[in-house]
Amino acid sequence: MSALTTINPVEPFLRADRMPHIWCPGCGIGTTVNCFARALVESKLPIEKVAVVSGIGCTGRVAGYLHLDSFHTTHGRAIPFATGLKLANPDLNVVVYSGDGDLIAIGGNHFIHAARRNVDITVICVNNFTYGMTGGQVAPTTPVGATASTSPYGCFERPFNLPFLAESSGAVYVARWTTYHVRHVAHAMVEAFQKKGFSFIEILSPCPTLYQRRNKMGDGLDTMRYYKQHSVIRNGAHTREVDINLQGDIIVGKFVDIERPTLHETMEQQLREKLQDRYAGGGGA
Amino acid sequence: MILNNAIPQCVLTGAHFLDGDCACSEGAIAAGANFAAGYPITPSTEVVEHFASRIPTVGGVFLQMEDELASSIAILGATWGGAKAFTVTSGPGFSLMMEHIGYAAMTETPCVFVDVQRGGPSTGLPTLPGQADMMQARWGSHGDYEIIALCPNSPQECFDLTIDAFNLAEEFRIPVLVMMDECVGHMTEKVVIPPASDIKLFPRRYTSLPPSEYLPYRPGPDGIPEMARAGEGYRTEVTGLTHDEHGYPAMNWQAQKKLVSRLLGKIRNNLDRITRWEERGLEDAEVVVVAYGITSRVAERAMQMARAEGLQVGLLRPVVVWPFPEKRVRELAARVRSFVVVEINYGQIVHEVERCAGGQARAVFVGHGGGAVHEPEEILQAMREAAQ
Repeated sequence: MSALTTINPVEPFLRADRMPHIWCPGCGIGTTVNCFARALVESKLPIEKVAVVSGIGCTGRVAGYLHLDSFHTTHGRAIPFATGLKLANPDLNVVVYSGDGDLIAIGGNHFIHAARRNVDITVICVNNFTYGMTGGQVAPTTPVGATASTSPYGCFERPFNLPFLAESSGAVYVARWTTYHVRHVAHAMVEAFQKKGFSFIEILSPCPTLYQRRNKMGDGLDTMRYYKQHSVIRNGAHTREVDINLQGDIIVGKFVDIERPTLHETMEQQLREKLQDRYAGGGGA
Repeated sequence: MILNNAIPQCVLTGAHFLDGDCACSEGAIAAGANFAAGYPITPSTEVVEHFASRIPTVGGVFLQMEDELASSIAILGATWGGAKAFTVTSGPGFSLMMEHIGYAAMTETPCVFVDVQRGGPSTGLPTLPGQADMMQARWGSHGDYEIIALCPNSPQECFDLTIDAFNLAEEFRIPVLVMMDECVGHMTEKVVIPPASDIKLFPRRYTSLPPSEYLPYRPGPDGIPEMARAGEGYRTEVTGLTHDEHGYPAMNWQAQKKLVSRLLGKIRNNLDRITRWEERGLEDAEVVVVAYGITSRVAERAMQMARAEGLQVGLLRPVVVWPFPEKRVRELAARVRSFVVVEINYGQIVHEVERCAGGQARAVFVGHGGGAVHEPEEILQAMREAAQ
């Protein structure tokens, strides 16, 4: 039996001097940060070798609250920043932590290309189906029919299915959970940290202030209940079949876990083969 | 600050026959650049093609990104990872990179942007010269910030000034712009690359403090903070938001004033050290022709023709265009009759000359819409008018 402790195990990973954070009551982003800190504890990664890169938005604030090498970059560009960071410093475990609007709308092009290249980074996407920071506008993840401030009569665009997008672009690890599934989320993060290549975790999260309220879905707790009742764990499900609708079940689980050489590995191999003794190395630019 | 010598394996010492784009690339390698990200765009692509071919034999990475937005922030990630990094583009790509010039300025990320200017606006004249990005270089990103921009007028200077650009970027922790033009980029001339021991490099301002005492944005005595490389245990926060000395967001006007005035001061308080120009025949000049980049070489020919006619014409060529050699133009304005400003645009640097002259001397503008360089005769004609 270990002695009773009063130390919050995630505190070493947080910038306590920056609290309180900006997130609303009932928001799920903080829950994911807790999972992230627990995953760091469990994975035993050296803390000085973990870098977190965020874009802009509510989830974009995550990097700044984590007491790591943290980079709060420009809107949509966390992934290419992370690509440069990782290639220049391959010893780092680079995690991109951002929202659906940031990663998939403005940053969508970078998302598919980083997956294609199989850059050795982990991308965590907190998907709350809306732009929280700017007041609840429609996003490329907003389900058809959902109301947002810029789709006042309901969204009429088909949303992206993020796991399918990630897999078809080349991601080697793809999972989806909700903020109800805290242990699964933390476990998926541990797996993603250990995975070589482009790993992707989508975490569905309530935005009670804007998305849930506007769509009469209740508050944060109601959303947790919804996640509990409507999530169907289907590990290995074909990502083509995991679309999310306004109502109905949510398929969660680990969908993809394959091996494929990373960008760094293919680059090294190719250059060594072609240049032989003349190759001076690229890693650790 | 003790300067380092360039690394011998990075320096192709000797006399070469190179175009400006390749000379720029060699300059970057000699300066220790070991990371470049770029996206193909005429007339700049040769810079990264050359880099892609050379860098694996020297040690480093080139990555062709999906667009210029990605290129221009991949280099910033690489810099925080410990690399010396740059990107290269031309007009339309330069427009896309503006946000990250601002981000680099705000986060004080040393890096180099090369713009090989072509005719614009928009897609304009992809294969033909222009000098119409000069104001964009100065003001293109939103908000108040300062950069340094250099304008080479030969392949030799493409090499030399690219090294200077990296040194200035490290010294002041800012993005530095190398504003080439299509002619300078594509002309081939003799380029002498000195021995590595003659190339002095400004080292990155890494902190020697332990993490417990380090504040990432606490300015040193010269107003410039020290850096920490990711992965070394400093665990710093870097943000494009207005921030305090901890690097933490600070959303109030006091923090804004403190930070932005310091960022501006890095350049504005060091003008005498940063501004740089070449002058010819100014001792007895009544007319001063102001030109930069390829245009300066045409203007020089016109100056010779004018001198042959007995006109007292001199040349002022800003080598560093931003910050502008304001003090020198002001001094000259007090004693010369007029300026002739020659540039391949419809009027950009001429406004700066007029501003600095403050009405003491007239400025005659010789513009060109792009797609070619001036004829010396056009400039000569303007010199004759200016001498009246």
